[in-house]
Amino acid sequence: MTGIDDTAVVIAFWVMAVVTIGSALMVATVHDLIHAVLFLILSFVGIAGLYITLSADFVAMVQILIYAGAISVLMLFSILLTPRSARDNAGVSYSAPIASVAILVAVVLIYAGLSTDWAYASNGFTSTAREIGNALLDPYALPFEVASVLLVVAMVGAIVLVRPTHEAGGTPLGEGEQF
Amino acid sequence: MIKIEDVLVVGGLLFAIGLYVALSRRNAVGILMGVELMLNSVNLNLIGFAKLTEAPRPIDGQVFAIFVITVAAAEAAVALALAVSVYRYRQSIDVDKLDLLKW
Repeated sequence: MTGIDDTAVVIAFWVMAVVTIGSALMVATVHDLIHAVLFLILSFVGIAGLYITLSADFVAMVQILIYAGAISVLMLFSILLTPRSARDNAGVSYSAPIASVAILVAVVLIYAGLSTDWAYASNGFTSTAREIGNALLDPYALPFEVASVLLVVAMVGAIVLVRPTHEAGGTPLGEGEQF
Repeated sequence: MIKIEDVLVVGGLLFAIGLYVALSRRNAVGILMGVELMLNSVNLNLIGFAKLTEAPRPIDGQVFAIFVITVAAAEAAVALALAVSVYRYRQSIDVDKLDLLKW
């Protein structure tokens, strides 16, 4: 067995791939930044579908919760909190050179993937949540704990960064800071 | 039949689109969107390798993907806080105009 043979799964994979790539292209071309975020959410959901076809159900749910849920809402809030900055991607400078660099990178990546002699297999996962839990608590216990420290540092850092300062004419927290 | 090459082609295309978005946008939030697309394409490759190639412990690819998602969440929170913080001082998050550190 060197791949996934189930016809329904194959069709679902390619449908999800088209949805993901298509909405990613819309992110690159659409003019309004809010619309770009909405297409980005669609792309994240498509990637979650790809994860499910690759039998990674737990990671797919994490993807929907964190990317399509949290990070997208965070991006929408940032766009809405910065109302006077430009929201369109009109007048992109160096668009053609950047596009050619991106196409070159895609060609190199795809060529490297297609020309390598991979050790094919089709691993069957029975219960990925249980296996991931066991892996996180036995071989990856230290990175797991470091990740929690990283999240705390990021949370505190984000709070400190957006906290109004007295020098900037703001007020301490809880007194109705004007954004 | 889905082989690992199919997953790698989708991942490579997604990475290139993310690279284009990250390099061509002027809005800092737009750049972050491109970075997230690139991280997602890498995650897709990791999940594909976990499923479709031989490995002593195949679940490792999915665990790596979870760690990447964790770091991406932390990065997005700090980057968006930076964008809001910069906007408060400069009334803009256009990265072409943020040249305070330029000689």
